[in-house]
Amino acid sequence: MRIGLFVTCLTDTLFPETGKAVVTVLERLGHQVEFPASQACCGQMHFNTGYRREAAAMVPGFARALGDYEAIVTPSASCAAMIREYYPVLAEPDPALAGAVAALVPRVHDLATFLVDVLGVDDVGARFPHRVTYHPTCHSLRMMHVGQAPYRLLRQVRGIDLVDLPDAATCCGFGGTFAVKNADVSAAMCTDKVAAVRQTGAEVLCAGDDSCLMHIGGALSRMRTGVRVMHLAQILAATSDTTAGASR
Amino acid sequence: MTTHAAPGLPAGPPPGSMPTYLGMPAFPDAARKAVADSQLRRNLTHATTAIRVKRAGVIDELGDFQELRAAAKAIKDHALAHLDTYLTRFEENVTRAGGHVHWARDAAEANAIVRRLVWQAGTDTAVKVKSMATQETGLNEALAEVGIRVTETDLAELIVQLGHDRPSHILVPAIHKNRSEIREIFRREMPGVPAGLTDDPPELAATARKHLRDRFLTATVGISGANFAIADTGSLVVVESEGNGRMCLTLPQTLISVVGIEKILPSWRDLEVFLALLPRSSTAERMNPYTTIWSGAAPGDGPQDVHVVLIDNGRTATLADRTGRQALRCIRCSACLNVCPVYERAGGHAYGSPYPGPIGAIISPQLRGAGSPVDASLPFASSLCGACYEVCPVAINIPEALVYLRSRSPKHRAERAAFSAAATVLGSPRLLAAAQRAATAGRRLIGRRGRIRRLPPPLSAWTDTRDAPQPPEESFRSWWARTRGQAASGDAAGSQPGGGRP
Repeated sequence: MRIGLFVTCLTDTLFPETGKAVVTVLERLGHQVEFPASQACCGQMHFNTGYRREAAAMVPGFARALGDYEAIVTPSASCAAMIREYYPVLAEPDPALAGAVAALVPRVHDLATFLVDVLGVDDVGARFPHRVTYHPTCHSLRMMHVGQAPYRLLRQVRGIDLVDLPDAATCCGFGGTFAVKNADVSAAMCTDKVAAVRQTGAEVLCAGDDSCLMHIGGALSRMRTGVRVMHLAQILAATSDTTAGASR
Repeated sequence: MTTHAAPGLPAGPPPGSMPTYLGMPAFPDAARKAVADSQLRRNLTHATTAIRVKRAGVIDELGDFQELRAAAKAIKDHALAHLDTYLTRFEENVTRAGGHVHWARDAAEANAIVRRLVWQAGTDTAVKVKSMATQETGLNEALAEVGIRVTETDLAELIVQLGHDRPSHILVPAIHKNRSEIREIFRREMPGVPAGLTDDPPELAATARKHLRDRFLTATVGISGANFAIADTGSLVVVESEGNGRMCLTLPQTLISVVGIEKILPSWRDLEVFLALLPRSSTAERMNPYTTIWSGAAPGDGPQDVHVVLIDNGRTATLADRTGRQALRCIRCSACLNVCPVYERAGGHAYGSPYPGPIGAIISPQLRGAGSPVDASLPFASSLCGACYEVCPVAINIPEALVYLRSRSPKHRAERAAFSAAATVLGSPRLLAAAQRAATAGRRLIGRRGRIRRLPPPLSAWTDTRDAPQPPEESFRSWWARTRGQAASGDAAGSQPGGGRP
């Protein structure tokens, strides 16, 4: 399948290893991955902070850059949800754009559901001999409805010791600009998430979104917990040949 | 909903809309104090966790929650779309049954009507059933100003009243107090309290019961709200757990009910859906212990002087808004409060309204306008995690409404400028690539061992408690360009549709 990678501005700028890992996994499965360099940001930060016009301005660029691919895959369920739920709303005033958006929206997938539900793959041939706990991010759970897909993928990883995260479905407190606008509440939520992670004794906290990982990872690092954060794609990309986890 | 510049929320609260809450600080400031109060955090976590788990259990056992939820949404949307028809039908049927209907444009009008009715009844005291509409209008305070003494008879509401406090939860207004704090309030405020009163819950409840009994038996005026108003029969419905409501609604000679116009249901059979959803979503009970339904006045049985005050107080304006109007479906169950991680940490008082939590964050700014610091900040008091929408029995998409209200909220000039500049960079592959190169060049200046421990304001709000990531050696897009051999930056590829493909 010819897949367009929508890497997201955050992963592109700060967490390139996640993007590389997505390419590795999809190519390992025999697919052709392309990164159209004309892509930029999906506009979620602006949209969610109340800058609707600025967010709407991002829609045409996305449609031009990625509209033609058989599948559009992104390592952020949050950005995928932004496109699937709110691009149709933002494109509404422009019928031509609305048509283009309606046509591309069903082809936008986050990595986990793309692998499990579209490609029908659980085992991507990964090996990662570490104790890992998985945080299901809010938008992956409640907007993209990824359900069990990430767990199914992680359970097939060779050597992994996957442990349950207490209160897994509770938000980590990131919420985009919420983390800065309501910093005290956000930090209190993050503190509880960090406590849950530490309870598991995991070496690695895994999630399907670099933004939430940046948040929880920032607190794990500040508290000198020694727990590393890795995107789901990085664990799925790991094999016995790679130096597992040295990437972030 | 469109992307056009929205007209903006009304600048100021209508005079006297929720008078008790004027002068509240913005949500982040009030929440900061709550987060630092470890006793409050413990009380809230304990209470919300218990009710959350119980609710999930009784909802799961239904088997058709999604169907019920869809039905409830459809009934409410239909009633709201034909509110003019159903309200007048309700009025006709109440009047035919011997009751009186009064119309109030805002809180001040509603309070004036109730004041007049209490005076007409020839008394200066009343017993009251827990009611959100009268919290919204600040009725107790308005009546106290003219010397009318109202006794709250719901246990938690009584605790709040005796403690000279404000409610912090829709269903459990004293959720922020634990039992030893409640004992202290009783000992301080309740005349004739036994000296050896302990904090044993049955003992506390028995003390409150004794305190209230005499008031029930002597009151000549009862004041209530209503959970539902049935247009076809002119009936009001009050759903409660303690039996105090049943006494207030049946013992006094005069009954005055203040009801929001959105409480209308078209017909009796619509109750089937709501009486299945409300107790399970709110108290996590399969069925609530007391459901009182009355239609006008029944000769020789119960109150003979029956009044309904229908109140708008910003609801018509909310109804006119395509996205915002879904908030009017709310049946005040509190399920969204109990699952909200922000509410659990900030507590109800930070929302500066009788409607706290996620639903309050979309109701208060719509009913009151975004003119006060707290109302302007409420749409931002959410991480948009979506837990509220998932549990809402009438499927109010609270995150969608929050984001919409954010777009209509006033913004600081500096923030607007920053977001405008960010949009220019993030919307252009060429500028984004340039910014990434600049970040890479500067990475050694700001970061140490892969992390940044301090950033300037406003980003210092992040680095106060969390490290920030150091920019990488190269961005993903430069890595792709370098290793996969296309244009070295975004601009060449960006000039044509679908650029960058082999």
